[in-house]
Amino acid sequence: MAAMTKALPRRLVGLASLRAVSTSSMDTLPKQVKIVEVGPRDGLQNEKNIVSTPVKIKLIDMLSEAGLSVIEATSFVSPKWVPQMADHAEVLKGIQKFPGITYPVLTPNLKGFEAAVAAGAKEVSIFGAASELFTKKNINCSIEESFQRFDAILKAAQSANISVRGYVSCVLGCPYEGKISPAKVAEVTKKLYSMGCYEISLGDTIGVGTPGIMKDMLSAVMQEVPPAALAVHCHDTYGQALANTLMALQMGVSVVDSSVAGLGGCPYAQGASGNLATEDLVYMLEGLGIHTGVNLQKLLEAGNFICQALNRKTSSKVAQATCKL
Amino acid sequence: MAAMTKALPRRLVGLASLRAVSTSSMDTLPKQVKIVEVGPRDGLQNEKNIVSTPVKIKLIDMLSEAGLSVIEATSFVSPKWVPQMADHAEVLKGIQKFPGITYPVLTPNLKGFEAAVAAGAKEVSIFGAASELFTKKNINCSIEESFQRFDAILKAAQSANISVRGYVSCVLGCPYEGKISPAKVAEVTKKLYSMGCYEISLGDTIGVGTPGIMKDMLSAVMQEVPPAALAVHCHDTYGQALANTLMALQMGVSVVDSSVAGLGGCPYAQGASGNLATEDLVYMLEGLGIHTS
Repeated sequence: MAAMTKALPRRLVGLASLRAVSTSSMDTLPKQVKIVEVGPRDGLQNEKNIVSTPVKIKLIDMLSEAGLSVIEATSFVSPKWVPQMADHAEVLKGIQKFPGITYPVLTPNLKGFEAAVAAGAKEVSIFGAASELFTKKNINCSIEESFQRFDAILKAAQSANISVRGYVSCVLGCPYEGKISPAKVAEVTKKLYSMGCYEISLGDTIGVGTPGIMKDMLSAVMQEVPPAALAVHCHDTYGQALANTLMALQMGVSVVDSSVAGLGGCPYAQGASGNLATEDLVYMLEGLGIHTGVNLQKLLEAGNFICQALNRKTSSKVAQATCKL
Repeated sequence: MAAMTKALPRRLVGLASLRAVSTSSMDTLPKQVKIVEVGPRDGLQNEKNIVSTPVKIKLIDMLSEAGLSVIEATSFVSPKWVPQMADHAEVLKGIQKFPGITYPVLTPNLKGFEAAVAAGAKEVSIFGAASELFTKKNINCSIEESFQRFDAILKAAQSANISVRGYVSCVLGCPYEGKISPAKVAEVTKKLYSMGCYEISLGDTIGVGTPGIMKDMLSAVMQEVPPAALAVHCHDTYGQALANTLMALQMGVSVVDSSVAGLGGCPYAQGASGNLATEDLVYMLEGLGIHTS
């Protein structure tokens, strides 16, 4: 481990001297991007190997030290459904809460919301979808019924002065319905925004999207919701995540979800890769001259730590290139 | 193996029904992209395990059947330097030559060129670089001296009616020099084009580039060489290959090099990944409504 820590700075110094930062006028690109780190939740949730509470806490603390400003810490979901997240209260209570960093947690229902608040949550996330079939199979109700459930959470959150982030799944395609109409995504996103979500993360849940579809979808959504309230959440199942994210940035999105080490898998495609890797995202943003606030070296250390704990190789190309095997 | 062959069609059917094709007006994107498959050469060359001649031949035949129109078959380089390519003549002679498909081979010098022609080559590739240090370390001469070597090949190729494709390495960064100026890339590219290369492939050899740098570099090069004569060759060492390729398409490039299964590695970054994977490139192009075959 010590040898690896020594190796990292050398390679990164090499990296810094190698890399140019673009000077071309990329007028449509944001000057700053907020990265929402979902590794501890979306990433771990889809990993086969269960990791202990101290490991989860250490991961989140390392991510905090890496300069990320939003780290999705856990999910207040029933352990029956997601065993990996069974220790949600302990994790939320155990992590260091750095000033200037928020630690949202998933709350699929009012019960989960109340448990989250009791454990000290200051921000929560709720999960909608642009597909009726996916909603039915995932949470056993229609999209309309899911809005009723969310409304209960949003009202309670408003009373408790707690921010709510909305997610829309399947925005570029659904494992059950196939193609998803941009108009439907816009409708669901608008609804969540009007109900009180401060930000909506648009997720290519099964990673099937390509840049043109991303553009079509965002064009429709941006007619209904201001770009500043939107985020993209791309899965790399078919290797398209970074290209899709670039397109979203070109369209004016300035919030991007990603997962350290590209943690996560895809329950619908066995053996497929997971989320966009935060390291690879940061690499691109830095090269584009876009401010992120992230210390790539510390991020790589966090990724290395969790991969060792999970006994898996990283899915981040940057990590593969900079760490000796 | 039979079970796997059965599984593939099911998943691909599922894939076709899942995926939408963009209808947005992506005016700046080409309607058609020519893919140059470099797996059998650039890919295999950087793989640790040596594969047999029959395996190489079968790979190339399978790639031909997959509908690729350009497949870089091998490299007429000394086996002392690149053991994987020692069987270059046998491979070139052994593969099926489908009509409508070209099988260029690398020829680092006149001797290699002559051996390639003797083995039946109809198209060759030559490799320049935008970095003096890289050229020095790679082929032990200056960029100017490398042009003299290429000139010999280009003249011989012209006499023999053989097409020559030029490569420029390190266009977005060099393992020795670091940053590479777009002006230098433009200068080297223009030289190769004026010497007679019908197409120049611009390679991010160590994969360090990001989309803004790709744009800067192409802006400079396109002032000197027509976009139709340009290709990009992105390595995925830092996961940037597809995003960089997308930027190149947005800039008007319509020829992209890639490697089946993302074969290859990076001699400068142990454990790093290799070329842009052809499967992932095709996936994106199809989703964009761009014709590939």
